[in-house]
Amino acid sequence: MVGIKSYGAYIPYRRLPRSVINAAWGRGGGRGERAVAGLDEDSISMAVSASIDCLKGVDPKTIDAVFLATTTPPYIERLNANIVANALDCRRDARNADFANCLRAGATALLSAIDAVKSGALKNVLVAITDMRMGGAGGEDEQMLGDGAAAFLVGNDGVAVEIEGSYTLSDDMVDYWRIKGDTYLRSWEDRFGRDAGYTVTPLEAVKGLMKKLNLTSKDIAKACIYGTNTRAQAGLVKAMGFTPEQIQDPLLDNVGNTGAALTPMILVSALENAKPGDRFLAVNWGNGCDAVMFRATDGIKKVGERRGIKHHLNIKGVLDNYGKYLRWRDMVALAPLSRPAGGGVSMSAEWRERRSGLPLYGVKCLKCGTVQLYMRGSSMRAHVCLECQAKDNFEPYLFADKKGKVISFSHDYLGGGIDPPATRTVVDFEGGGRGLFDMVDRDPEECKVGMNVEMTFRKVRSAPGSNVYFWKCKPVRD
Amino acid sequence: MAGSIKDRVAVAGMGCSKFGERWDASMDDLIVEAAYEAFADAGIESKDIQAGWVGTATGSTGMTLSEPLRLQYIPITRVENACATASDAFRNACYAVAAGIYDIVLALGVDKFKDSGISGLSDGGIPGPGHSMMAGAAGPPPAQFAMLATTYFDRYGLSYAEGKHMIGRVSWKSHVNGARHKKAHFQREVDMDAILNAPMIAWPLGLYDCCGVSDGAAAAIITTPEIAKSLRKGKEPPMFVKALQIAMAPNDGNVNTKFDYTHVEATVRAGEAAYKEAGITNPREQISMAEVHDCFSITEAVTMEDLRFSPRGKVQKDIESGYFDLDGKLPVQPDGGLKCFGHPIGASGIRMLYEMYNQLQGRADRMLNKGQPSRQIKNPKLGLTHNLGGGPAGCAIFVGIVGLEGV
Repeated sequence: MVGIKSYGAYIPYRRLPRSVINAAWGRGGGRGERAVAGLDEDSISMAVSASIDCLKGVDPKTIDAVFLATTTPPYIERLNANIVANALDCRRDARNADFANCLRAGATALLSAIDAVKSGALKNVLVAITDMRMGGAGGEDEQMLGDGAAAFLVGNDGVAVEIEGSYTLSDDMVDYWRIKGDTYLRSWEDRFGRDAGYTVTPLEAVKGLMKKLNLTSKDIAKACIYGTNTRAQAGLVKAMGFTPEQIQDPLLDNVGNTGAALTPMILVSALENAKPGDRFLAVNWGNGCDAVMFRATDGIKKVGERRGIKHHLNIKGVLDNYGKYLRWRDMVALAPLSRPAGGGVSMSAEWRERRSGLPLYGVKCLKCGTVQLYMRGSSMRAHVCLECQAKDNFEPYLFADKKGKVISFSHDYLGGGIDPPATRTVVDFEGGGRGLFDMVDRDPEECKVGMNVEMTFRKVRSAPGSNVYFWKCKPVRD
Repeated sequence: MAGSIKDRVAVAGMGCSKFGERWDASMDDLIVEAAYEAFADAGIESKDIQAGWVGTATGSTGMTLSEPLRLQYIPITRVENACATASDAFRNACYAVAAGIYDIVLALGVDKFKDSGISGLSDGGIPGPGHSMMAGAAGPPPAQFAMLATTYFDRYGLSYAEGKHMIGRVSWKSHVNGARHKKAHFQREVDMDAILNAPMIAWPLGLYDCCGVSDGAAAAIITTPEIAKSLRKGKEPPMFVKALQIAMAPNDGNVNTKFDYTHVEATVRAGEAAYKEAGITNPREQISMAEVHDCFSITEAVTMEDLRFSPRGKVQKDIESGYFDLDGKLPVQPDGGLKCFGHPIGASGIRMLYEMYNQLQGRADRMLNKGQPSRQIKNPKLGLTHNLGGGPAGCAIFVGIVGLEGV
């Protein structure tokens, strides 16, 4: 049986109330809030966070391919999935791929993973779906969109959720689009997309799938349906014949429309409460429609606790400042920094660290047993033990999955970049070792010596033309 | 240890440019200003210099020195060891004289930062050896040293208000001392309220917890004790070198759990080595005065403990009681220190020696600002200078001891 073995999700820490956006533009009201990726987050970093959630208890070396699906890949030439795979410490002979350019990229990646496993070509495929689309300042899209990611591990043993079938319709129906060079969404007259597309095609796809599988709407435990806004989504679900109890909340009020990641995130949310035998219908929309039928097996009980959607919804801090949002998304012409940020981009240095520094490996000395990181501006690979000075007598030791305690910190207003302060933090890890990291997703007032932190994969620098990814720390909040 | 520098070389002349934001002066102007004061003080000419050591964080090659002074084909070495640069240039120059290779040499430290267009120093990540993901991660110096304060306060149970007042008192004293010195960058007293309420630079360090970034140069003429005494015949006595020590940390404070972030081990190591070399057993009593590396107020505070001027964990009492004030038992930063005299990285170590030299010779008041009380320390015998190049987690530490002949 081929299906989903594990799942995970990620919602960025900061939530921007829609009332804050409205207030900034001199308007009243605004329902709910939207998730906002931090200044140092993007589709790659969010995919890594969701994947870490999905891979709890899974050896990354067993993964045969990483499929990354997004309409907002940071790189248009450079395999984004490789950066995710290296951060997760996957094998070099993994068949990684990017799926892009369409809101259904996640569904396509998932179906491709299923086909690859079914064919026997691959055994375990990690599918990470991530998006952070942007609407222009002051417009409706800016309010309705949200940032987030979901991840699924597809395989043929220990399956928790079986895939019963799918039905795809491909249409060049263009309600939203971006052409080369566009930062913000473009859209056609909204009634066109609604009346000729969104309220028509998904119905056809679902009907087709039900017929193919010989099922009716009563057989479905939860329907996970894409939507651009709550009202349109509710109308579509009703037209499909589902009762209110069958509808999985589409996350539009508290996360926002996360694009390619929306249906996958709704599905994760449904799977969190799944019982063996429950059927889940997932409907993805965008230049056509995919309807996919999932059914939980007994294995669903064996998927361990995930932060998923349920916990991530509660791990949050309010962003009560629209100016900060504009600054994070580079939507205003900022005053120039009074001082240049440190560090640059070096493809050769990154290449050297792709399997050492990037997955946050340190070493354990085979002579004296000391675990240690090596954190120099020019290298992250130790040669001589800091304790016993033995040379090159180490085994690799992973720090990315270890929690730690804060030994010291400072709030740097001088070198904090465009969003000061940066909280420079020295962390002692459970099990030994120490490192220096920026702390994120924190309020400066809550920082204390002795507080518990965990690692999170982020952009540490952005220079013109490239990003540098690495690890930061953040408070443990569960 | 094979040998000791104690009393094997002496300083026959010194010079120091005015420190500050020298919009008027180039690096070369500063070098000439300091060098020619030193030549005149020693009663020599530039052609008498047999070899040179130039310390600078920003210049390059020995031509930094030979070009503005038009020194003619003598050996010159350029030295760089971050904030310990000038002290290390001085140290190497002393060794060359002690080895008997040269009779009269020049050690000069210089830096010119205020043409860069930014306040403070940059965050590192100098192109060359490539940038790992860690490049720039530590942030600029204030963020690194602020962590010393965070952990010191936590470990010794100081409330934020108590800790903040303690480090503020360090800067208050430097402003009192700097106000008296004509060549200091900042020559103004500042009251405690202004210090405590200043904008944060890197919490918990505010503006007045941070030293100035300045332009400046300082120079020393190093020679044998005999030549020094002959050159200074009928003038103030030469200054004798008692100890020169450098300790280079393995830079593991951010990766080694043994580093406690409340002290700087390399200072302890260099200090103990220097005390041994100079034959000092009780520095709190035996050292007359000191210029230490107060890049930030908290750095001076923990340095007092690392050098055994104060018992471990107890510096608060000495700072608040004025033990290190100009009229205290052990004056520290009599010229205002890095905080107020200023900090052109490559010049600071020799600037510190310049203050020791003037105090030992009893002529500290020749640079006194009008209307200010005397800045001369009574009968100093031994002075200590200390530099910290780098950050608390990893640094090059210099500790030197100088004094009068026979002490």
